[in-house]
Amino acid sequence: MYTFSNKLKTFSFALMILGLLGVGYGFMTSHKSFEDVEAILADETHHGGGHGEEAAHAVTENAQDAHATEKAHADDTHGTEAVAHVDEHTKHVEHVQHQIANRPWAALYVAAFFFMMIALGVLAFYAVQWASQSGWSPVLFRVMEGITAYLLPGALIVIAIAAASHFIGHNNIFVWMDPEVVAHDKLIQGKSGWLNIWGFIIRGLIFTGGWVLYRQFSRKFSIAQDNATDDKNFKKTFRISAAFLVFFLYTESMMSWDWIMSVDPHWFSTLFGWYVLAGMMVCGITVIAFISLYLKSRGYLELVNDSHIHDLAKFMFGFSIFWAYLWFSQFMLIWYANIPEEVTYFITRIEDYRLPFFGMLVLNLVFPFLILMNSDYKRIPWFVVMAGIVILIGHYVDVFNMIMPATVGDRWFIGIPEISAVFLFAGLFIYVVFTALTKAPLLAKRNPFVKESEHFHY
Amino acid sequence: MEASKVIHAIYTDDDVLMNAVKAVKAERYHIEEIYTPFPVHGLDKAMGLAPTRIAIASFMYGCVGLAVATLMMNFIMIEDWPQNIGGKPSFSYIENMPAFVPIMFELTVFFAAHLMVITFYLRSRMWPFKKAENPDPRTTDDHFLMEIAVHGNENELTTLLNKTGAVEVNIIDKEDEH
Repeated sequence: MYTFSNKLKTFSFALMILGLLGVGYGFMTSHKSFEDVEAILADETHHGGGHGEEAAHAVTENAQDAHATEKAHADDTHGTEAVAHVDEHTKHVEHVQHQIANRPWAALYVAAFFFMMIALGVLAFYAVQWASQSGWSPVLFRVMEGITAYLLPGALIVIAIAAASHFIGHNNIFVWMDPEVVAHDKLIQGKSGWLNIWGFIIRGLIFTGGWVLYRQFSRKFSIAQDNATDDKNFKKTFRISAAFLVFFLYTESMMSWDWIMSVDPHWFSTLFGWYVLAGMMVCGITVIAFISLYLKSRGYLELVNDSHIHDLAKFMFGFSIFWAYLWFSQFMLIWYANIPEEVTYFITRIEDYRLPFFGMLVLNLVFPFLILMNSDYKRIPWFVVMAGIVILIGHYVDVFNMIMPATVGDRWFIGIPEISAVFLFAGLFIYVVFTALTKAPLLAKRNPFVKESEHFHY
Repeated sequence: MEASKVIHAIYTDDDVLMNAVKAVKAERYHIEEIYTPFPVHGLDKAMGLAPTRIAIASFMYGCVGLAVATLMMNFIMIEDWPQNIGGKPSFSYIENMPAFVPIMFELTVFFAAHLMVITFYLRSRMWPFKKAENPDPRTTDDHFLMEIAVHGNENELTTLLNKTGAVEVNIIDKEDEH
């Protein structure tokens, strides 16, 4: 049995407290008055460097300011044009004011989603191990079960933040939650049968309910199997795992439309669900490797040998390439076709998010590809940990790139609100996962494949 | 070719073979070659063979493929006959790169895979119409054969091999076969 070391427990609480303070600070400082924002904008235009940003603004603002320019066109007299100018300025400042207010919400949401995604990716990976009756992985089952314990709180937090941004905030993450916006937007009106706040919450609860149900039952059977005399529990888990995978692949895709893609309600991509899936798998497997290595370094998991680590690293390598393949498939088609309503998605990212957008490709593809290519390196713990840290940072930036452009526009920065949100959920994740690890023996000792897993060698 | 008397020990199970290899290595005999009907996991390590360098060769061939694809596409699509790609007539390789990535990827894989296989054949001295070196056709079915050079120690070797579970131990004069 594993005991949650006090040091780690203190560390997780410290992270949570630090995170809470930072998140609070982010919310406190995000309410800027109209004059403050005006001053910030004036400051930016004075201090050079504002040039590129201004140009980018012109692009992103175009859609929002269409009203203002239309008005200016309609009344063709010189007098009203001046009024329209002032109007446009007010609109612009209010827009930026709104973006600054969105930042702590979006930062919180990105981090919450990122940690939820790790648990969900591990759950899918776990179900694949059962459905395929893998022989190598049963010694890692308890680690995976521990990580998936975070799925329930994680997913509920994501839904709660999204709902709170509507009920408490000012629709700071999902623009389609704002009835004002929908009233003036034909496209969102057409989608409002799907994109409405109650639909969002109910669907979210159904997805979470289904996933957590599988998680609870597979965990229950897995523990019951430890002291069983036959393989009945094993067979039951095999069956529900196969059923879960079908449910998961549909709901994961819908979840990615709801929880991520709908931040840009005009834009859509048909392979978005896979793309998010690839990201969550690679993060999940990386975290399995991290926790296994940590427990091993503390003298637990004595049956996990370097071939298991090697296999996890192979999956990290493979899913990194799979992620890049899907990222590129999405990018290339949109780039090639060059249809305005599709391509704006990448234009805002390349113009306003150049560093995180291209940097994430280096972190998520080039770096793991070169580092994890050599077979021997995949067996060296510190190498796997280094590559894993880079992969996790890269995929955080990936989620950041998916959410931020639609919420804060070019007002992004990875500062106190973002980092504290990561601390907050990292602390919660560590606390929940390691508490779950103490609840059952770390070896699923009566799994029919555990002998094979024990002797697994490459 | 001087004293090329060899001993052939035949096994019928890969686990028995693995243990036999370990026993023979422990007695410090040199195993010339092992013929198996299928790849046996870990056999190369047990025999003490040097790790393969084909992965390094493959990586370099992949780099060659990537370079060939880049130079080729740049010449064909940009320099020799400039193309308007996707309605973006920039005539720059880097700006049109998304369109070229699939070809760059495919040629990398093509070069890495084909040149690696060819290298492997050459390195293993295999070419068309070559007479098979396989000393016993049963090793292509369900038998495993271990070949050890004999230097006047036939008796010790025979007893050792019999102890390790060999189903047959034959001493063979290699020159006779040629």
